[in-house]
Amino acid sequence: MTRNLITPAQNTWCPGCGNFAIQHTLKDILAGLEKEGRSLDDVVMVTGIGCHAKIADYLNINSVYTLHGRTIPVATGIKLANPKLTVICCAGDGDAYAEGLDHLIFAAKRNIDLTMIVHNNRVYGLTTGQYTPTSPLGFKGKSTPAGTTEYPFNPLELMLASGATYIARGYTRKMPQLAQLIRQGIAHKGFAFIDVLQICASFFNMTEYYQSRVYDLDGHDTADFEKACAKSREWDYNLDAPIALGVFFERALPTFDDRYPSRDMSVGERTRRIRDLFEAAR
Amino acid sequence: MKEVSVLVGGRAGDGINNAGAMVAQLLNHLGYFVYISIDYPSLIRGGHNFALVRAADKPVGAYNNRIDYLVALNQETLDLHIPHCPDCTVVANADLAKSIPSGQTISINAILKAESAPPITGNSAMIGAFAKVAGIPWEIVLEVFSRHMPKAADENLRVARRAYDECHTTRQVPALSGPPHSLLTGNEVIGCGLVAGGLTHYISYPMTPSSSLLHFLAGNAERLGITVIHPENEIAVILMGLGSAVAGARTAVGTSGGGFCLMTEGLSFAGMAEIPVVIVVSQRTGPSTGLPTYTGQAELQFVLHAGQGEFPRLVLAPADAGEAYRWSAAAMYLAWKYQIPAFVLSDKTLSEGTYSVDYDTLAELPVADPVLWDGQDPYLRYQDTPAGISPLAFPGRKDAIVKVNSYAHDEDGYTTEEAALVTLMTEKRRKKEVKLKEEMDRYPCVSVRGKADASTALLCWGSVRNACDEVATRLGLRVIQPVVLSPFPDQQFSAACQGVQHLIAVEENANGQLAALVHEHGGRVDVTVLKYDGRPFTPDELFLLVQEAIAP
Repeated sequence: MTRNLITPAQNTWCPGCGNFAIQHTLKDILAGLEKEGRSLDDVVMVTGIGCHAKIADYLNINSVYTLHGRTIPVATGIKLANPKLTVICCAGDGDAYAEGLDHLIFAAKRNIDLTMIVHNNRVYGLTTGQYTPTSPLGFKGKSTPAGTTEYPFNPLELMLASGATYIARGYTRKMPQLAQLIRQGIAHKGFAFIDVLQICASFFNMTEYYQSRVYDLDGHDTADFEKACAKSREWDYNLDAPIALGVFFERALPTFDDRYPSRDMSVGERTRRIRDLFEAAR
Repeated sequence: MKEVSVLVGGRAGDGINNAGAMVAQLLNHLGYFVYISIDYPSLIRGGHNFALVRAADKPVGAYNNRIDYLVALNQETLDLHIPHCPDCTVVANADLAKSIPSGQTISINAILKAESAPPITGNSAMIGAFAKVAGIPWEIVLEVFSRHMPKAADENLRVARRAYDECHTTRQVPALSGPPHSLLTGNEVIGCGLVAGGLTHYISYPMTPSSSLLHFLAGNAERLGITVIHPENEIAVILMGLGSAVAGARTAVGTSGGGFCLMTEGLSFAGMAEIPVVIVVSQRTGPSTGLPTYTGQAELQFVLHAGQGEFPRLVLAPADAGEAYRWSAAAMYLAWKYQIPAFVLSDKTLSEGTYSVDYDTLAELPVADPVLWDGQDPYLRYQDTPAGISPLAFPGRKDAIVKVNSYAHDEDGYTTEEAALVTLMTEKRRKKEVKLKEEMDRYPCVSVRGKADASTALLCWGSVRNACDEVATRLGLRVIQPVVLSPFPDQQFSAACQGVQHLIAVEENANGQLAALVHEHGGRVDVTVLKYDGRPFTPDELFLLVQEAIAP
C-alpha cells in the first residue's frame, strides 16, 4: 500500500521558505524507498525545535518531535534500541550548531548510523531573527542590533575534525542534487552529515548571494581526507568565496550500533542470572 | 541485640573497601547480618578511607561510632579513631603504624617477603590477623577466601595464614547459627531490581554516588543481556534514554543531583510526550558540587517538582536492599504501564552501603504489562481512553505511524495550539495520575514499623529509616516511612498515623522536605530532627536527639 506522505496538518512555513524544498526532497526519497520495496514503517524522523522541525508534523511517517538541539541523542537511543530502523534527523543550525553542538560532535565521533540533515538558514526563524553559529560576522539580528562580534564556524570543517564518515553540502535551490546527497547519506552506513544551505524568506534571504557563488564539486576525491579539509575551507561561511556543493568526504568505518550487539535473552534466563549474582555474593 | 563492629582504615588506594568486604564476609559466614558503610574523601590516592562493618543478629542498615575491632593499615587510622573507641581491640600494620597503644601488630612487608607474595596480597595479611584476633575458625577464612577472592586464592591464603598464625585470639566474636546471606550494595541491588523489572538498556554519565550502579551494570552487561551506554553528558543520557524507550526498549538512567539538573528538560519531555523512563537519583550532599562522596536527602522536593509544566510522576524512596530491589523493579513496570517517568530516589548511604539480603525473600509487585496497540484502528499515539493510557506501538511496527511530540499535541501526535485540545490532553495525562494512585493504593506504599500502637512516631524516608528502626526499638516508638512519595499515598499515610499524637520527622536535610510534603497533604509534623553534615545519623546519636525531642 502506498501511503500519502503529506499529512493533513496545516503548513505554516512562510511563502518561499527553503524548508519546502527539503520537505519535498524527502517526500520523493521516501516514495522512492517504498517503490524499492522498503517499508516506511521502518523509517523514523527525529526533529529538533524551530521552523525546520515542523516537518515532523507535515511528513506522514514515524516521527519524534524532540527538544531544541536534541535530535541526536534521541535518534541514537532509537537506533541502539532497534538497529533495523532507518533514522533521519532534521535539525536547524541553531539546533545542531548551538544548543546541541556537543551531541553533533559525539555522533560524528561515534559514527552512529543515522542521517543528519541540517536546515542551515544561518538565522533563527521561529524566534524571529537572531544570529546563529553560522551567521556571518557583523550579522544584525534582534539580539545583536549593532552586528555580531563573533565569527561563524565552519560546520564541514568541524565534522571532518570530529570523525564524521559522510560529509556533504547541498542547497535548497538545487533539489535534484540535494536529493542525491540525502539518498547517498541514508545509504551510507555510519554518521552521514548534510549541511543544507537554505534561505530564510523572512529574516535572511541569501538567494542572490548563493546563486552567484555555488558550484558543484566535480572530480573531487571523496576518499582523500586532506583534500576534503582543503575544500571545506574554501568558503568559511563568512568571507566571499566560491561555495562548493556535493560530497566532500566519505569513508567506511564500523558503526556505533554495530559495536553494540543486540542481546536477546529470555526473562527466565535473566532471572536465573540475577539469582546467580546473588548466590555469588553469599 | 548481639552486635559487633569492625573498622578497617587506611589510605585511599589501599583497597580498604575490599578489605572491609572480606571482613564482612567472615562475619556473614559466622551467622551475622552485616552492613558496611564506606567513608572516603573525593580523591583517588592518599587521604583517609575507612570501611565500617557492623554485624548483628538482626538486619541492620546503620552504624554507630562504637568500634569493637580496629583494623589499622596505617598510623592515621589509629590517630583518628582510637579517641572514639578507646576500648577497641587493635590489629595494626607495624610497617606504617608505629605508635600503638595496645593490641597486636603484624608486619605486612615481612609476611609478604616470607611468602614471596606480591604487594597486592598485603590486605589478606590484615584479614588473616583480624580473623585470628576475633577467634574466627580457619575453615571460615578458607571458605570466604575461596568464594570471594578467587583470583590467586592460594597466594592470598598463604599470606592470610601466616598472619593468622602470628596472632592470638584476644576477643572472641561469638558464632551465631544463621546461614550466610548475599552481601550486596544498594546500587547492585537497584541494578538487579531494574533488570528484574525488564530493563534492557541503562544509560548514565558517571557521578558519585550513582557511578557504582553504572559500573555494576556495565560490568555485567553481557551476563544480564543488557546494553549499557555512557554518553557525553546527562542531557544526552536522558534523551538517549527517551529515544530508546520510544523504540520499545525498557530503559533506565542514573545520576546524582547535579546530573539530574541537566536532565530536567528531558524529564518534562517525557511527561509531555508520555515516554516511560526510570530515573535513579542517588543523592549526595549539596548544593552544587557539595560533598561528592557523602550523603544527604535534599533532593526530595527537587525530584517532586523538577521539569516545567505539570505531569504525573512516580517517586519511590527505598530504605534498604530489599526495598531497593522490589521498588526498582516496580518502577520499571509502572513507568511502562502508565508511560510516565518514575524515580528511584536513593542516597550515598543506600547506594554504596552493603547489606545482607536474600534473593528468595524479594517478592515483586504484581504490576500488569503495558497496553499495546492491537493493530485494528489507525494508530493514535495519544489516543484518549478512560484511564488516559494510550496503547503503545513502536516505530517499525507494521502500519503504525507513531508520532511522538514535545509540543502540545492531538491524539495523532500532531502539534496543536487549540484550547479545547490542550485541555483534553492535559486531562488525559491527569487521568493517568488518578489511575496510578488507585493502583498504588493496593501496594504497601507506607511502611509502619516499631511499636505499631505507640502515640509517638518517627517520620522518615529512605535510608534514614534504618537508624529510626533502632531508636524506635529502644524507645518504644512507631516508625512511619512512606516509600512512595508521588503520587502521595494520602490514605495509607493517614492510616499509618492513626493514634499518633507526636510526630517527629527525621531527615538528612536542613529544611525538613518530607515534613513539608506531609504538611502539603494535611498532615502535621510536631518537630523535626535534621542533620546536614554529609554523614548519616548513627542510631546512638539519633537516640539522644529523639529523646530530647520527646521530653525537651
